[in-house]
Amino acid sequence: MESASGPSSQSVGVVQTQYVELFTSEKRLPLDCGASLGPVQVAYETYGTLNSERNNAILLCHALSGTAHAAGRHNPDDPKTTGWWDIYVGPGKPFDTNRFFVVCSNNLGGCDGTTGPSSIDPGSERPYGLTFPMITIGDIARLQKALIDHLGITRLLAVAGGSMGGMIALQWALDYPDSLEAAIVIASTPRLSAQNIAFNAVARQAIMADPHFNNGNYYDKERPRKGLALARMMAHITYLSEKGLHDKFGRRLQDRESFSFGFENDFAVESYLHYQGSSFVKKFDANTYLYITKAMDYFDPFPDPRTTAERLAKVTARILIMSFDTDWRFDTSRSKELVKTLNWHAKRVTFEEFPSPHGHDAFLLYQPLYQQSLASFLNRLYQECVGTTEAPAEIVEGVDGIV
Amino acid sequence: MAPQRPPLKLSKEWMALSRLRIDQAVIAKLVDEKSRVLDLGCGDGLLLEYLFHHKQVQGFGVEISHEGVHACIARGLPVYHGDIDQGLSDHQDDSFDYVILSQTLQAVRRPEFVLQEMLRVGKRGIVSFPNFGYWRIRAHLALQGRMPRTSLLPATWYDTPNTHLCTILDFQDLCKKMSIHILRQIPLAAEGGQPTGLLQASLSKWLVPLSTANLLAPIAVFLLERGEP
Repeated sequence: MESASGPSSQSVGVVQTQYVELFTSEKRLPLDCGASLGPVQVAYETYGTLNSERNNAILLCHALSGTAHAAGRHNPDDPKTTGWWDIYVGPGKPFDTNRFFVVCSNNLGGCDGTTGPSSIDPGSERPYGLTFPMITIGDIARLQKALIDHLGITRLLAVAGGSMGGMIALQWALDYPDSLEAAIVIASTPRLSAQNIAFNAVARQAIMADPHFNNGNYYDKERPRKGLALARMMAHITYLSEKGLHDKFGRRLQDRESFSFGFENDFAVESYLHYQGSSFVKKFDANTYLYITKAMDYFDPFPDPRTTAERLAKVTARILIMSFDTDWRFDTSRSKELVKTLNWHAKRVTFEEFPSPHGHDAFLLYQPLYQQSLASFLNRLYQECVGTTEAPAEIVEGVDGIV
Repeated sequence: MAPQRPPLKLSKEWMALSRLRIDQAVIAKLVDEKSRVLDLGCGDGLLLEYLFHHKQVQGFGVEISHEGVHACIARGLPVYHGDIDQGLSDHQDDSFDYVILSQTLQAVRRPEFVLQEMLRVGKRGIVSFPNFGYWRIRAHLALQGRMPRTSLLPATWYDTPNTHLCTILDFQDLCKKMSIHILRQIPLAAEGGQPTGLLQASLSKWLVPLSTANLLAPIAVFLLERGEP
């Protein structure tokens, strides 16, 4: 197992995204809003080997801006092509690819190869844009389930994700209780608060107020770059803690000795946010941002205590919930809210909070305690569900009974 | 003559029991099979692991240290990382058959509140604690004139988590005041870890008669039930 001294440098190596077409124009993917889609393309990557019993598979669910590319590199010489969870996925890492078969797919509505608003609508032969149907976290999980079926896996060892990925993992435990042993829900929440929705709403307004937005029909024109960059800049602030941001930038000035007394980027933090915004728009689609944030807003698996019991009755998966003490996007109390709901219904729950200066982003970064607990949980899962069963114990004579 | 005791079925069970502290071994024996258990301050989860594997219980532990939580995760036990107050308030009345506080009560901020809460969320409570009336502790204070430090209570007075120490008599008084029904009280002559051969020989020789318990038992286990108010 990986030592506590630091992240493993081992990698799954060079990987390629694969594509598969699921559903057809006749047999379509049903959506919660009542509409349907077909055919649907799914971009996914896999790491490790599926064993002959097909019981060592783990599905990773990415967050808002993630992709199917969770581990390894697309280009061996370019560290910028490293997967989003490479710290935790690979040989000797918690999601140990020597033992597990790890699958990660781009979410429905995404812009990294899975059908989304930027895909071509077979009806109009033009990009969907805002004619793309509204999707939910349930729809995202439904498409993943179809991919897992396509891969010949009937029961996943675990479904894991951080932030929105954690919501999808929870959705799996609720919707497909017989299809997973464990759900791992990290830095996530059972529902967005008014403040969370408010941030998403302002992000969407920033995109839609961009003069190039053109009601979502911008694919053959100038794109709403400024609006999307603004949305990302604002969201990015919520991913970091106040202390983390201040420790990193403080009041340092950017490439200057004194104030400009103008509206240029005086401060280093301003320059950093601009960089975050402008690099994001190169790889992300504004319409996807609108759809995915809306799917998060709608997510609320336990709206009513009366239906919660029914919802949870069939859930058998063990559920690991993890949070970080400086996360204020989805702070620890949101994780505890989920723990409480699950405990009230006697589900098998483990919860741990970790210290980190990195706010919401902490789930993507190396933290030794977090790494150890994740590794131990998965190791135990492997031993119980995949590894060989223990030898029967011998009978010994002993004395029982004190009370 | 003592009644014929059934042999322990599995060597694993015996091994697991022998790794417990003596008060934990007694607690393990008090818990009914297939019950639902909340272990407050479960530490590294040894007791809970025994209960899961050999008593087929359900439930989970509550633990404040990362070290303890991690040990529980590695054992495959459900565990809640947090303090005991929150570990209790999250639950409905009668959610558990047993709520266990093994050598934890003396370290909580509000022992009375914790006892009340544990008997709200649990049908029964099991509490073990170091008896401050134990003669060695009395002698330490009487002869040396300094705060006692023993193998059960090794910390210095200025750096101890044990802020609410009591004697067996004190605990009985509190139960009376709170109308808590004491179902069993089991004072023990041994302090901490137990030798492997102990269980083979029988645990019963470590029992202390109730009449002299407050003086002779360094540790006691109580099985409690909510009484009539």
